[in-house]
Amino acid sequence: MDLKSHKGILVIAEQRQDIIQNGTYELLSKSTELAEKLQCSVSVLALGKKLNETHATDMAKFGADRIYIANHHMLEHYCTETYAKIICQFVQDHKPEVVLVSASTIGRDLAPRISARLQTGLTADCTSLDIDETNHHLLMTRPAFGGNILATIVCPNHRPQMSTVRPGVFKKVAVDKNQTLMIDYIRVELMPEDMNIDIIETVYEKTEKKNIEEANILVSAGRGIGKKENMKALETLAKQLGGLVSGSRAVVDAGWIEHHSQVGQTGKTVRPDVYFACGISGAIQHIAGMEESDLIIAINKNPTAPIFENADLGIITDVNQLIPALIEELACNQS
Amino acid sequence: MNIIVCIKQVPDTTEVRIDQKTGTLIRDGVPSIINPDDKSGIEAALTLKEQYGAYVTLLSMGPDQAENALAEGLAMGADRAVLLSDRAFAGSDTWATSLALAYAIKKLKYDLIICGRQAIDGDTAQVGPQIAEHLSLPQVSYVTDIKKEDDHLTVKKVYEDFYQNIRVKMPCMLTVLKEMNDPRYMTVGRIFSAYHDNMIEKWTIKDIELDSALTGLKASPTQVKKIQTKGGKTAGKVFETDAREGARLIVEKLKEKFVI
Repeated sequence: MDLKSHKGILVIAEQRQDIIQNGTYELLSKSTELAEKLQCSVSVLALGKKLNETHATDMAKFGADRIYIANHHMLEHYCTETYAKIICQFVQDHKPEVVLVSASTIGRDLAPRISARLQTGLTADCTSLDIDETNHHLLMTRPAFGGNILATIVCPNHRPQMSTVRPGVFKKVAVDKNQTLMIDYIRVELMPEDMNIDIIETVYEKTEKKNIEEANILVSAGRGIGKKENMKALETLAKQLGGLVSGSRAVVDAGWIEHHSQVGQTGKTVRPDVYFACGISGAIQHIAGMEESDLIIAINKNPTAPIFENADLGIITDVNQLIPALIEELACNQS
Repeated sequence: MNIIVCIKQVPDTTEVRIDQKTGTLIRDGVPSIINPDDKSGIEAALTLKEQYGAYVTLLSMGPDQAENALAEGLAMGADRAVLLSDRAFAGSDTWATSLALAYAIKKLKYDLIICGRQAIDGDTAQVGPQIAEHLSLPQVSYVTDIKKEDDHLTVKKVYEDFYQNIRVKMPCMLTVLKEMNDPRYMTVGRIFSAYHDNMIEKWTIKDIELDSALTGLKASPTQVKKIQTKGGKTAGKVFETDAREGARLIVEKLKEKFVI
């Protein structure tokens, strides 16, 4: 493979109901940083039905030098084959050296399919991306072995170098490149048989789901809470601070909170201003999902709980007594 | 209907600890299990077998000891088990692993391939979709329900905040989530026959007619450059105290950081 003929970073945008997802902006921001080291440009490819200049402007704001839009009625909703076909064709034509995809349920379905078709490597769920300045390799670091180790992966002899990154891992940073907007609407050729699945219905969960990834303050429950009834105090505390309640896998498995509020390796990656770990022991899988929080406050009655090694402030006491005391103390403070 | 379930034997990562002195993984005494998502894949296949009739083949790639995972699956009720084991496969990344599995699948009959969403030791979620690509099959990942009508399946695919009901024609590949079911226990009679009747077929690279240049470490596009264990974040302050004093310390900290 002629490695030198590949140049530039390509971000595959993720659109849901015509809204470009935050993960895309985060990847563009990170790409801008990587592009400086590679001395290349950042492109983005967005697939949808009626994407326009407004979407392009937003993506440019976070670092896209060039915006490619593929509009087609068969691209309105995500489907593995139609998306893979357009993206693989685009990559073969434009030869980027790096392709980044958001590690959402969509990206994690799409990226492996693309990498297999392009016969190149893919590193999933990276928590850090960097450039080896000696040889321009993309250094892709990810947790493995249940988050117990960090592995840095390279893809030295195949192009593009592909990686997925979970939403929330990188920060979304607006950049002012002060350049004219470059939009290309690409020609889309799809056959009816490319739609090899039939989406019968799409159902949005009725209950209003609160997104823990967007919360500034998270009050997170672990097994140490003891029983579901004790979640009430955590909810009161979260409300008082304008935050949300989340939890560890153990608490989700116990049915005390819903899966979409799970923090950790198999849940979500969060980086709030304050993270309260309430009765959470701090399994490495959990730490992987919250260690980037600005302030971590851990409450646990077990002094050997690993969570204390990752906390800015640790209180060894019964969490079910502390939370009501804290609610009271905060109320006194506010009045 | 012929169903192939791809399974992986994994160390129970919840039991893995770090040696604080050397910073290395303590693997000794860590039990090996069937990867949880894959185990639910076996259960899903056995449920389909009961509902519609099916022949369920388990396929795994790994060292000889992965036989134990296959034996467990047979004891749950699978009909056949194939272990793909050869030194030539060593060091394969997901691309090379999925290619070898795809070659093995080509030697078997199939209408449906079920893989677990992801393995708990690697968490990549790549092998299933990559098998589907190598075999040019339609895929649906993140599945939590499967129903069959003639040569089609209707499956429930879950996303972060919505789900879809999708109809897909067989042959196809699905990846399933452990949340979809509670895998059944092994039965005593089946445990006995799984372990004693030599039911597990061992295949090497010759059996699947794969070019050795296309497998193993050398054929893998990705390479591990560096491994490190994660250290603790900060040496924060830890206080052993009563609830009232603890609450006061927290409020102080929140004020210090201008949260309140």
